[in-house]
Amino acid sequence: MRFKHLVVAMAVAGAYSTSALAQTEIQWWHSMGGALGEALNGLATKFNESQKDYKVVATYKGSYPESMTAAIAAFRSGNAPHLLQVFEVGTATMMAAKGAIVPVAKVMSDAKEPFDPKAYLPTVTGYYSDLKGNMLSFPFNSSTVMFYINKDAFKKAGLDPNKAPKTWKEVVAAAEKLKASGHACPYTTSWPSWMHIENFSAWHNVPIGTKQNGMGGLDTQFNFNSPLHVRHIAMLGDMSKKGLFTYAGRTNQGDAKFSSGECAMFSGSAGAQAGIKKAATFEWSINFIPYHDDVKGAPQNSIIGGASVWIMGGKKPEEYKGVAKFMAFLSRPEIQMDWHTTTGYVPITQASYDLTRKSGFYEKNPGADMPVKELTNKAPTENSKGLRFGNFVQGRTVIEEELEAVFSGKKEAKAALDDAVKRGNEILRQFEAANK
Amino acid sequence: MEKRVVFRSAWLPYALVAPQIVITILFFFWPAVQAVWYSFQLQDAFGLKTQFVGLQNYAALFRDGNYLESFKVTALFSLLVAFFGIAISLVLATMADRALRGAMAYKTLLIWPYAVAPAIAGVLWAFLFAPSIGIVSYVLKGWGVHWNWILNGDQAMLLIVIASVWKQISYNFLFFLAGLQSIPKSLIEAAAIDGAGPLRRFRDIVFPLLSPTTFFLLVVNCVYAFFDTFGVIDATTLGGPGQATNILVYKVYHDGIKAGDLGGSSAQSVILMVIVIALTVVQFRFVEKKVQY
Repeated sequence: MRFKHLVVAMAVAGAYSTSALAQTEIQWWHSMGGALGEALNGLATKFNESQKDYKVVATYKGSYPESMTAAIAAFRSGNAPHLLQVFEVGTATMMAAKGAIVPVAKVMSDAKEPFDPKAYLPTVTGYYSDLKGNMLSFPFNSSTVMFYINKDAFKKAGLDPNKAPKTWKEVVAAAEKLKASGHACPYTTSWPSWMHIENFSAWHNVPIGTKQNGMGGLDTQFNFNSPLHVRHIAMLGDMSKKGLFTYAGRTNQGDAKFSSGECAMFSGSAGAQAGIKKAATFEWSINFIPYHDDVKGAPQNSIIGGASVWIMGGKKPEEYKGVAKFMAFLSRPEIQMDWHTTTGYVPITQASYDLTRKSGFYEKNPGADMPVKELTNKAPTENSKGLRFGNFVQGRTVIEEELEAVFSGKKEAKAALDDAVKRGNEILRQFEAANK
Repeated sequence: MEKRVVFRSAWLPYALVAPQIVITILFFFWPAVQAVWYSFQLQDAFGLKTQFVGLQNYAALFRDGNYLESFKVTALFSLLVAFFGIAISLVLATMADRALRGAMAYKTLLIWPYAVAPAIAGVLWAFLFAPSIGIVSYVLKGWGVHWNWILNGDQAMLLIVIASVWKQISYNFLFFLAGLQSIPKSLIEAAAIDGAGPLRRFRDIVFPLLSPTTFFLLVVNCVYAFFDTFGVIDATTLGGPGQATNILVYKVYHDGIKAGDLGGSSAQSVILMVIVIALTVVQFRFVEKKVQY
């Protein structure tokens, strides 16, 4: 009995290894857990079934920082994967590691696979391209920040549930009414730095840092301590003091505060929709993020978050051929549409957006196209096409620490933002020195 | 007269301690030397470009006011963790040492938390104390306590102290229990016959006789608070709000592992190492004198 098992196992293993020999394996490390991970595995399976020469092996390596750390360690010991999903704040670090990565544009042209950077939304292309317009990584899952309201709570507070606040003035007014109607948490946010510094700047067409938000060179300096920034953060500090704004934490803790009904207004990732849809027992709507209406040109366009796929260096030519084939597969409009509609991430090519629209998906899911509309609200400027700051993982932590000092009433907005800029610049200088 | 056991062989004693020495060199000295070496370097995350920068990483740290602030936070945190960790487990051990019905089950339950990973302990307590959904927060709200460690630095500190202490109590408890059981019953009985009450007996006999254990635990708990607690913090406060719970070891972890700044992180860990060595020396020089073996 046991012998029989062994024979079967060996036969299976033998069959497996011969098929693995014939196929070129492509390792893909990613950070998509839960339902998102299933969707990603679906993509890999579909690709593997579509042809015989290559096999994409997708491996979940933990959160974004974790998989990036794992890949860096693997690279140092010579075992890097072929493909690595890296979140947007890791972009500058990857880009500076010239010997460790291969630009996606180069891999595609070497393999003679069709690839057109112009097919992507301009905000997406800009984020992942160098100054000459070469796309360095493959945009994969992109989202942006949105503004959600609880319509039932609006009704109860005597507000028009079909008119979400458009400006921050209206947000404050609505928050006061919500508070008066007994709502303990009128407004909250997820990802405070991404929403209130990074996207806030793009949305108002003001810079976060010099040199086109760092895209123009490593000698960039932060300058998000402008009077407009100070005013905005001071306003949030004031709202926090009055109980109009509840700080939820540095990552996506705000999502649960909104979907549980605790907070009536909320700014968070477009990707939060799926969770809200599942959990919310009230009517809600998804809207553009608010702006200050006395700022000229606002609202501009929002910037993306999420991740892109980087191709690591030092692999065999035939493996890069497979990588190119897989990238070409992922660029197909129907695949993109599938990913967009199952995950809630933004459709990142114009073709997939058009295809989704034609399929009638947006009629059935009102609001699902709001994120794309917000990203493409206007043609992106130097201030709104994205950002590229070295070691921005540390940079964001600095910003968040200083914002917390404001929200808890320990620091004035001006002092906090000045300190954040000063501390952030130290990090940028260190990154510059290390990557000279 | 002292009776000594002497090895006749010249090499046997060395062979016997060799495995331990090899492990110590491989897993303790070697990484420590590497950390010192890295701390003088500036390197990009992938290790493609390395420059020798001398003391620049250290200079950058001491220019940073927030880093200095983190010393205070660490001192407070370690003090609280070591004190409460030892005090609570001492009380529990004295209670458990008596002949109780079901003492075995009681002891087992007390030892359990030691098997829990720090990150899991952090998540557990973070759930209980979560500002909007936590059970404890809910009860506190009923008592009129506004519980929000997301913004309140003192409460955040309290949370990580509770989580860290809870995890360490089992370890301390085990040692205290063993210590208590090695105290001769005759001494305590004699004191009881002389009319000393339980408190008096504890103060004059039990506590002094436990002092080697207490001293050992003091050293171990300080090291625990300094080095082993970043998992708890990473799972709960991430060092916030502001800098309220950003202890030295968490910053080492964050800068090195999460942010890929190996030089700066190594410099911090070298500083941390120096502090803990100094602290241990002080404990052995001064506190140990009060210990009765």
